[in-house]
Amino acid sequence: MTMIDTPVTGKVEGPAGPAHHPDHHHESPTPIGFWIYLMSDCIIFGCLFAVYAVLGGNYAGGPAPKDLFEPGFVAIETALLLISSVTFGIAMLQAQKQKLDATITWLLVTGLFGLGFIGMELYEFHHLIHIGAGPDRSGFLSAFFALVGTHGLHVTGGIIWLGTLIVQLKMHGLIEANMRRLSTLSMFWHFLDLVWIGVFSFVYLVRLV
Amino acid sequence: MATEGATQPAETFSPIFGRLTLDWIPYHEPILVATFAGVALGGLIFLALMTYFKAWGPLWTNWVTSIDHKKIGIMYMVLGFVMMVRGFADALMMRAQQALAAGGAEGYLPPHHFDQVFTAHGVIMIFFVAMPFVTGIMNYVMPMQIGARDVAFPFLNNFSFWMTVAGALLINISLFIGEFARVGWLAFPPLSGPSFSTGPGMDYYLWALQIAGIGTTLSGINLVATIFKMRARGMKLFDMPVFTWTALCTNVLIVAAFPVLTATLALLTMDRYLGTHFFTNDLGGNAMMYVNLIWIWGHPEVYILILPIFGVFSEIVATFSGKPLFGYKTMVWATACIMVLSFVVWLHHFFTMGSGANVNTFFGITTMIIAVPTGVKIFNWLFTMYNGRVRFELPMLWVIGSIVTFTIGGMTGVLLAVPPVDFQLHNSLFLIAHFHNVIIGGVVFGVYAAVAYWWPKAFGFKLHDGWGKASFWFWFVGFYFAFMPLYALGLIGATRRVASYSDPAWQPYFITAAFGALLIAAGIACTFICFGYSIYKRKSLAVGNDPWDARTLEWATQSPPQYYNFPQEITVHGRDEFWEMKRRGFTFSTLYTPIHMPKYTGMGAIISAVCLVFGFAMVWYMWWLAIITFLAAIGLGIAHTFNYNRDYYVPTDEIAEIEGKGASV
Repeated sequence: MTMIDTPVTGKVEGPAGPAHHPDHHHESPTPIGFWIYLMSDCIIFGCLFAVYAVLGGNYAGGPAPKDLFEPGFVAIETALLLISSVTFGIAMLQAQKQKLDATITWLLVTGLFGLGFIGMELYEFHHLIHIGAGPDRSGFLSAFFALVGTHGLHVTGGIIWLGTLIVQLKMHGLIEANMRRLSTLSMFWHFLDLVWIGVFSFVYLVRLV
Repeated sequence: MATEGATQPAETFSPIFGRLTLDWIPYHEPILVATFAGVALGGLIFLALMTYFKAWGPLWTNWVTSIDHKKIGIMYMVLGFVMMVRGFADALMMRAQQALAAGGAEGYLPPHHFDQVFTAHGVIMIFFVAMPFVTGIMNYVMPMQIGARDVAFPFLNNFSFWMTVAGALLINISLFIGEFARVGWLAFPPLSGPSFSTGPGMDYYLWALQIAGIGTTLSGINLVATIFKMRARGMKLFDMPVFTWTALCTNVLIVAAFPVLTATLALLTMDRYLGTHFFTNDLGGNAMMYVNLIWIWGHPEVYILILPIFGVFSEIVATFSGKPLFGYKTMVWATACIMVLSFVVWLHHFFTMGSGANVNTFFGITTMIIAVPTGVKIFNWLFTMYNGRVRFELPMLWVIGSIVTFTIGGMTGVLLAVPPVDFQLHNSLFLIAHFHNVIIGGVVFGVYAAVAYWWPKAFGFKLHDGWGKASFWFWFVGFYFAFMPLYALGLIGATRRVASYSDPAWQPYFITAAFGALLIAAGIACTFICFGYSIYKRKSLAVGNDPWDARTLEWATQSPPQYYNFPQEITVHGRDEFWEMKRRGFTFSTLYTPIHMPKYTGMGAIISAVCLVFGFAMVWYMWWLAIITFLAAIGLGIAHTFNYNRDYYVPTDEIAEIEGKGASV
């Protein structure tokens, strides 16, 4: 078998070829892969919303939303999370300017807002369970805890990721790999914000009317 | 536990072992003790041989830690075949029981054991046989078909595989420690809820599927990203081989459907562990919601299994007819139609639940509509063969047997789609015959076709023709003996999942079905003999890189392919690129450039092992162990992100040396 470099397909990026990476015409698949992951996560939330829609009125003689939810409390909780999205946006802007310290500072601020949100949620859960409105009380409360709790678990995961990434930023700086990780975490964070807006409207606002 | 009545040990709890006591080891069940002895003996022989041949190191460095999509694909196939033996043993037990238990006779299996057997059979065959098979084939073939060197996320691929293995192991552990669920393969509540399934069996079910499900979802995401981002230069979507198209649609279905399974099983888990009321009878639960949710996953799932097989048929039929596939675009659109329609038919699984005539009509019609794109595919294959020079080699034999059998199964499916008919046949053996007709006739035969077709690519030699054909004929004839009687039984009123029945007139049918199962057993035996004998005779069965005169890019690699697949990047100009390359007399250039490849890592297997222990701890309420393993899994995952050194470049002299030994094409 002879080795002929046929002109049709034998275009070779050799040493004489263009100076970008050899054998590397693909851009990173991470952003699209992460988007697809977010879509699958979105379907989990979709199921939990559907479950809440089905069970949300099944109080089983127990407390109803009007007895349990305080609009002011939830409004502050929501504000914390929405502001954290803004601060993450600022962190991303700093990262794109390659300002490491400013990026880390704004990420820390973001994490603090996230912790505030989780703290308030844990307080609310504790309070509900304390007054006998735990997830085992009724179908409505099961669905409520599952939906809000799953979101809270995601935010907790996001905070752990945030902490890890801050350490990695300190170790390696704003290199390409870290920029990719930052932008995926930022997608994750904004996604959770979006889900929370759904939770806020669908769970807290609608049932209070 | 051999006697009826005291089927479960008393519930006790210790801080260390949770609710696991010695009473949960089924040493008083002769069947299980004998099975355990067999498994232990086989295991010891395996361990001894591995140690004797000093194979542990190579197993770890070449396979367990491998992120090579081809090796992972082969490991998926091994998992599928091993678990098929387990699932088929369950099938033989059921056939034997029902052949005996007529007219008041009890047979040899007590009902609580029989119930575990049919549950395990369904769960294993779908999740740990059919799923690994199709995932393995997609993993092996698809990246090469698009001219890629690996999948988009190679580490994730390894992790997905080992999570599937962890789920499979957890189910097998339930055989010897404790029990398995007795609820049917989809575990409808309230039967599967905390009130009616108190033992660990149902929890084995939940954690095994949850752990394996994570792997499946991640694998789906991975392969979709691979098809979108890793195609060779110049390959447009409509240049992709049909198998790659079906792989795309399948993985879109996985990404869209498996999260529903995850969410549903998580809710049932909360009902069982936290006392919530999602699917309970009391305090506002809704068991019908579970049935809806699980089938919103379950119906796409059957298309997840069959769509890649449609792709396999398309490749094999075109190759062995020596023609381009008839109606490429209609094939793609038919696949896409089925992908979408598979999400709007789920209610046909429970027409009898009482959703009303209008709802049933809608789902009956959508179900019948799915037959249209499926028919398009059948006719496309037939027209591809028409006027072609069809070569009846082993893969083609499986394909033709499969198309015939699958079509019969499809037609009984359309019958069941008529709601009034379904009211008569719901949960009867007619239904069992129908879905085995499409899953064995379609998926299993299709997997065998794929194995016979791509085996020479994976190993460099063909399967032995005689043993391969023996396997086909035993399977094919055995299938009809095993399942045609079930259609008849269903029509005369036999329902599924009965350990015994009163009407002795049914017995001849059940005996015929048992005979068919024995024929299939012979087919499976021939399969393994075929594998072993072909490996033994590999020198004389050796073939070149393109033994079938094929059309798609995976055949442009060496057989077996090198770890980087292609020595240089491929540029694609249209459909059936490899066919055109052969026509042009293409050969690879010897002006190599360094190839960018990912490094092997053991982290996927380690995290999966930790998850396996976590699942076991949750099943038995060993909370301390569950907490430790949960934190360990997360910690190890985070630790892995600190590894930035994940890839390397293969130097050109190494490529030249490898290619010098046996040039591609």
